Amino acid sequence: MKMTGSQMVCESLIREGVDVIFGLPGGAILPLYQTLPEFPQLRHILVRHEQGAAHAADGYARVTGRPGIAWATSGPGATNLITGIATAQMDSIPMVVVTGQVARAAIGSDAFQETDTTGITLPITKHNYLVMDTEEIPRIIKEAFHIASTGRPGPVLVDIPKDVLQEEAEFEYPDSIDVPGYKPTLEGHPAQIKRAARVIAESERPVILAGHGIIFSGAYDELRELAEKAQIPVITTLLGISSFPDDHVLCVGMPGMHGMAYASKAIEDADLLIALGMRFDDRITGKPSAFAIRSRKIHIDIDPSEIGKNIPVDVPIVGDLKRVLRKLNKMVKPATHLEWIQHIDRLKREHPSMYIRPTDKLLPQFIINQLSKATEGRAVIVTGVGQHQMWAAQHYMFKDPQTFVSSGGSGAMGYEVAGAMGAKVGAPDRVVWSVAGDGGFQMTMAELATMVENRINVKFAIINNSFLGMVRQWQEFFYQKSYVATQYTHNPDFVKLAEAFGMLGLRVSDKTQVMPAIEQAMSYDGPALIDFVVEEEENVYPMIPAGQSIHSLIEEPRPEEVVAR
Amino acid sequence: MMTNGSPPRRTITALVQDKPGVLNRISSMFRRRGFNIASLAVGHSEEADLSRMTFVVEGDDSTVEQMTKHLHKLIDVIRVSDISDQNIVSRELALIKVKSNVQTRSEIMQIVNVFRAHIVDVAPDSLIVEVSGNEDKVDSLHELLKSFGVVEVMRTGTIAINRGAGSRSKRAGRVDWGEASSV
Repeated sequence: MKMTGSQMVCESLIREGVDVIFGLPGGAILPLYQTLPEFPQLRHILVRHEQGAAHAADGYARVTGRPGIAWATSGPGATNLITGIATAQMDSIPMVVVTGQVARAAIGSDAFQETDTTGITLPITKHNYLVMDTEEIPRIIKEAFHIASTGRPGPVLVDIPKDVLQEEAEFEYPDSIDVPGYKPTLEGHPAQIKRAARVIAESERPVILAGHGIIFSGAYDELRELAEKAQIPVITTLLGISSFPDDHVLCVGMPGMHGMAYASKAIEDADLLIALGMRFDDRITGKPSAFAIRSRKIHIDIDPSEIGKNIPVDVPIVGDLKRVLRKLNKMVKPATHLEWIQHIDRLKREHPSMYIRPTDKLLPQFIINQLSKATEGRAVIVTGVGQHQMWAAQHYMFKDPQTFVSSGGSGAMGYEVAGAMGAKVGAPDRVVWSVAGDGGFQMTMAELATMVENRINVKFAIINNSFLGMVRQWQEFFYQKSYVATQYTHNPDFVKLAEAFGMLGLRVSDKTQVMPAIEQAMSYDGPALIDFVVEEEENVYPMIPAGQSIHSLIEEPRPEEVVAR
Repeated sequence: MMTNGSPPRRTITALVQDKPGVLNRISSMFRRRGFNIASLAVGHSEEADLSRMTFVVEGDDSTVEQMTKHLHKLIDVIRVSDISDQNIVSRELALIKVKSNVQTRSEIMQIVNVFRAHIVDVAPDSLIVEVSGNEDKVDSLHELLKSFGVVEVMRTGTIAINRGAGSRSKRAGRVDWGEASSV
């Protein structure tokens, strides 16, 4: 059947099961937009800034596991996507991004709104395409979805010149994919899996380090089976949060720079690390040469290039976690590790990192604690980057898989606004709370209009300390409290701002009002925002300074009776 | 073919898609991750639409392992082989323009003959020597010719191939790190 390039794009997206597109039009991509009314199955959400489209597609992908879709025009449209694409690349988020490009004849001439989009996005995509033939569109879109969503997922960008969108060609959607250079290894090597089982049996003090890969693979039951069968404590990385229930008796929480002291200490004391779908990020290892030196390491990951990249590994296994763990679980012998678990319990008592000090002041930790209670640990929590993100990771008790949505590797402030929008679109039946910083929120808050316009019911908790809080904390700890360029002396009135956008706006500066405000926001039928005016100079504890080992751990000063508890 | 001093060199070959931008993807990855390439040669392979590249890279074993893994991770790269420890033939072609005159010409020709090189152009005050061989041989000839005055050197970088019947595009092409593949 003859179709225009634009019709081919829409038809191909429908064949790939797409229902929502986040985007913003412009000259080069206009032919594609003008075709949208022919395809009512495709819901388009018009954002206010392309960064919002990219973050929303990312948030959508994180809660659904399906590729998120973002559209933008050439030049500034494409460059505005960059932060969002880089965020998705760092956290392995499946996304298919379609950008318009100037007409073929104009490419390379510095035409109006021309940017070398494939060149710019080359190092921040899993793969990208510049489509030079209309008839290639179906094959390329099919490949893009395949590459984005299989193996280690990631963003794929398809850049299409305007005249390629306008031209007609024969549409034939391929049944199969032929990418000879892309064949992810799914089944782990049997001999290595057997070796892993043996090493686990030999271990007296094993810990599991569960990462984002558990979520991508959907290996929740398999992780739980491994942990319970051999009684192995489970530590979750930042992006591994919600891969294992926080209220499980074997859950030890998050390790690393702002992780639980007892989790970091358990890694230090372990004789075996079982690293599952994680990549030994520097926020976990600190000083790699001093990281977990007493332990052997089993590393299971679908990406061979992650194995041995940062930390030497004794038993490497390349494969899909669900499949590898199923085989491993059959071979793993039941064990109790009673002494080891008692040791970790003692660490938990001696280093109560979840401690919130009693005070009348409004502490961010307390707000997250109350939010966790009000939502029974079942909301989708979307965060930005900084102190509020760490407090959310520490103090929210996640019960369900795929409910913690946060910019991890890239650390993109501002993610919390559009990321939450995408998450709510992807999971409309879940309560979605954006835990925002006042700094990040102001980077991307234009998308509040998109949410009101499209009735996307996100609740915002702004942890407002009038500072770029994490940077301020570093200045306090490492630069003698020299607060250079971190204080906002004149933040907008967030309540009036919410009202101006057509949302419910509430302000809380008193501890007793936290729960009533959360409840009021949740019972309100529509997007709502709470401006929590918190202690300005509150610090995130514990902290292991960048590049340091567990021996440099800084814990929150606390009264004696708590230590003795 | 190793040159003296650190870091050690390894020879890696890759079978890649012959498409626009592939060289850019590869060189961008090497640059971004701070890997060092000593030389790089690209040309058509025995199969249509596929090119073969030979990299001579610098780095210790774990760095080279990372290089091969990241190379293989690129979608347009089909096969990667670290052939350094295998039975290989490696060659480089060089064109060396040397100053010469009536007095020195015959002396240069003698050296060229010893190296089984050729003189491919003669001008009144210079000549061009064509030499092929492994990197050491080309280096040695270059060194000897310096005393006459080397005007310009053009080198292709090393290409390498396994001895015997196997083809690297078919069965024998996997890097031996167990089971690594693309992602």
